[in-house]
Amino acid sequence: MMTSATLEVAAVLLAAILAAAAVAPWLATIFRIGSDSDANCEPETDGSWSRLLRGLESPLLRAAGVWPVREMTATEYAIAILLFHAAGFGLLLFLLRCQPLLPWNPDRLPAVPWLIALNTAASFVTNTNWQSYSGETTLSPLSQALGLTVQNFLSAASGLCVLAVLVRGLVRRGSATVGSFWHDLVRVTVGLLLPLAILLGILLASQGVVQSFDTGIDVALVEGTSTAGGEAPSTRRIVLGPVASQIAIKQLGTNGGGYFNANGSHPFENPTPLTNLLEIVAMLMIPMASCLAFGRWVGDRRQGYALLAAMAVLFLPFVVLIVRFETSPNPWLAAAVPSIDQATSPEHDGGSLEGKEVRFGPASSALFAVATTATSCGGVNAMHDSFSPLGGLVTMWMIQLGEVVFGGVGTGLAGLVAYTLVAVFVAGLMVGRSPEYLGKKIEASEMKMGMIVLLVPPIVTLVGTAAACMLPAEAAAAPNPGPHGFSELLYAFSSAGNNNGSAFGGLSATSAFWTLALAAAMLASRLLTMLPLIAIGGLLAAKRTVAESPGTLPTHTPLFVLLIAGAVILVGALSFVPALALGPIAEALQPAMAAGEGTR
Amino acid sequence: MPPSDAPRPPKLSAMILGQIRPAITLLVVLTTITGVLYPVGMTLAAKALFPRQSAGSLLIGDDGAVRGSLLIGQPFTGPGWFHGRPSASGTTPYDPTSSGGSNFGPTSAAFTTLVAERAEALRRDESTGSATIPVDLVTASASGLDPHISPRAALLQVRRVAAARGLADEQVQRLVAARIEPAFLGILGRPRVNVLVLNLALESLDSGGAMPKLSEEGLRPPP
Repeated sequence: MMTSATLEVAAVLLAAILAAAAVAPWLATIFRIGSDSDANCEPETDGSWSRLLRGLESPLLRAAGVWPVREMTATEYAIAILLFHAAGFGLLLFLLRCQPLLPWNPDRLPAVPWLIALNTAASFVTNTNWQSYSGETTLSPLSQALGLTVQNFLSAASGLCVLAVLVRGLVRRGSATVGSFWHDLVRVTVGLLLPLAILLGILLASQGVVQSFDTGIDVALVEGTSTAGGEAPSTRRIVLGPVASQIAIKQLGTNGGGYFNANGSHPFENPTPLTNLLEIVAMLMIPMASCLAFGRWVGDRRQGYALLAAMAVLFLPFVVLIVRFETSPNPWLAAAVPSIDQATSPEHDGGSLEGKEVRFGPASSALFAVATTATSCGGVNAMHDSFSPLGGLVTMWMIQLGEVVFGGVGTGLAGLVAYTLVAVFVAGLMVGRSPEYLGKKIEASEMKMGMIVLLVPPIVTLVGTAAACMLPAEAAAAPNPGPHGFSELLYAFSSAGNNNGSAFGGLSATSAFWTLALAAAMLASRLLTMLPLIAIGGLLAAKRTVAESPGTLPTHTPLFVLLIAGAVILVGALSFVPALALGPIAEALQPAMAAGEGTR
Repeated sequence: MPPSDAPRPPKLSAMILGQIRPAITLLVVLTTITGVLYPVGMTLAAKALFPRQSAGSLLIGDDGAVRGSLLIGQPFTGPGWFHGRPSASGTTPYDPTSSGGSNFGPTSAAFTTLVAERAEALRRDESTGSATIPVDLVTASASGLDPHISPRAALLQVRRVAAARGLADEQVQRLVAARIEPAFLGILGRPRVNVLVLNLALESLDSGGAMPKLSEEGLRPPP
């Protein structure tokens, strides 16, 4: 069995790498990295691909009054991105609040309550996609399509724009500008995300992911009214909707907000093992491809491989661990109920199966879980709340590493570059060299901005968790007792404070405190990492390059890869090990007891 | 902070005002593309290319009535039916309008107690004797709609189902064996049995015909 799990995991990861390698050249041509004024940068090639892109984007930009494209300073870029976020927030809030007045609401769902609407708007605009509502019973198909699907595209596109600014900072020399947000936004949405989403959506629909104008169909149960007990209703409403289109971009854009409450474990979102593979590949594809495209952008592919390697070093050991944890029997269950069989055989899946689907089995569920938390996707195909204590720890820690191990589309790699600057700086201090990255001197201003990027998510996470623990009424939102209850609180703020969006789903985070605190955490973590990253881009773009000398620290070597990974681990471990010890680690150390043998 | 040698940076207020029009126009334009054209286009395309799958993989009986979806499990409790996994959805089991799992922690006493009760009930109903109970039959799925159980969990129920319907054990066993879906390409996912499909086959077997009455199209798993 261990071999079949290994084979399956290896097959999925291989598929992800191949997909990323295929997308990387495409992604590399989407952004125009060099500037006209910079003689050192090559002008944009005039191939048929860029002509096609220009044909697509020019009417849209002309309508917006920003054609021909004018480059922006970092400040202007930041203002544009903020205004766009604000406008998106406003539109989504309007759609949710005015749901009953708008068309395509066949089930006549009422307006989404204020708190939930605010939380949801913050959640989808920030690419977090925390869901404090149940999709089937709260949102009309119009809200799902016009509100959520749109933000799935736009928040992901904004993330890639931030990455583009940072790369321009590294590549351009003595440039006052860092590109045009409007140009970047339209290009990446129409030129990359939309075609990929169409392709993936069609593949998903072929497997049974529903895509329909109907909202549901009432079905009489096969066993019918003869059901013992009598009172249970003998019909069920099978909920349909425009699901495939939303799931495609939810996975590709590392968004994670599903159509249904059960997210990617719902058979209509993820019906077969093949769709499961496609959805895992879709999550990893753009973040991985960004690393490869990075190498192309900076003109040295080894730099991209080094960043991808640093992510892989942080990812693969946890894949092995979590698959092992989840395919092992639950010892607490084994002690309490000796008559059940948790061993795995060809006819039967063992392992920890509570909150997992039979068609995926525990190995695939574990792989999906580590991929969705390492990237900032946050969609789930199994309930993380019911994972083994250490399996849950892996998912939580992948989030707490700051969503830089793959991370969000664009923002993940941008965050890792911030860590790389820290690694360069620390290494420079250690050996007495002036810190440089890709020919750019790293100085105090960049480091200050970099530290904001690194420290805001842990601060938001830990302060939020501490606040929840100190308010007994709010801490009671966690349904499980003891250390697992603490894990549920910690997971919620980790998820919101790093824009992941997955949850230990048992938490009923619907009170005013939870909806508003999590909304604030999501906004703070998104904006206070995005804006400093843009500032770093602006600061670096203005600098001249320094010539490489024998004293320059090479940034593509295995040693440097370990240095980056070390910086990530250090911040993640120092910030979170104490909290993790109170939650999942304490839980894992609880003794397993037979039923009735003492109470906890 | 404006980069170093920008000549006389424009006022902040002017910068903000200048970006309002593109922000709103592009939000409207991109919302139209990704929120209207994209989902509508995808729905039309999916309907044309995969009419059955995109409409919910519905299983239609001979009389034209929708019996359920190939992908969505249904609750079965009577002795003459194969039973699926426990469901933690909403207020009623297998409720597609409120999918979800139990979210029990792995060490929770409430969880282990509930599993012990389920195991006890199964031991009684299936007269398992000393045989162990497959864990999928006593744990709730993530969606609450899991249509599948493991092959072993299906085989465990053969004796009870055959007895209740007055069929031979071997006949029911063959029915199960024929409906085991293998892992995709031998490596993706796990072997499994669709409980609803199995029960529909049982139903048609019971009503006299050796062949399932449902159209073969409806019974086939999605490609």
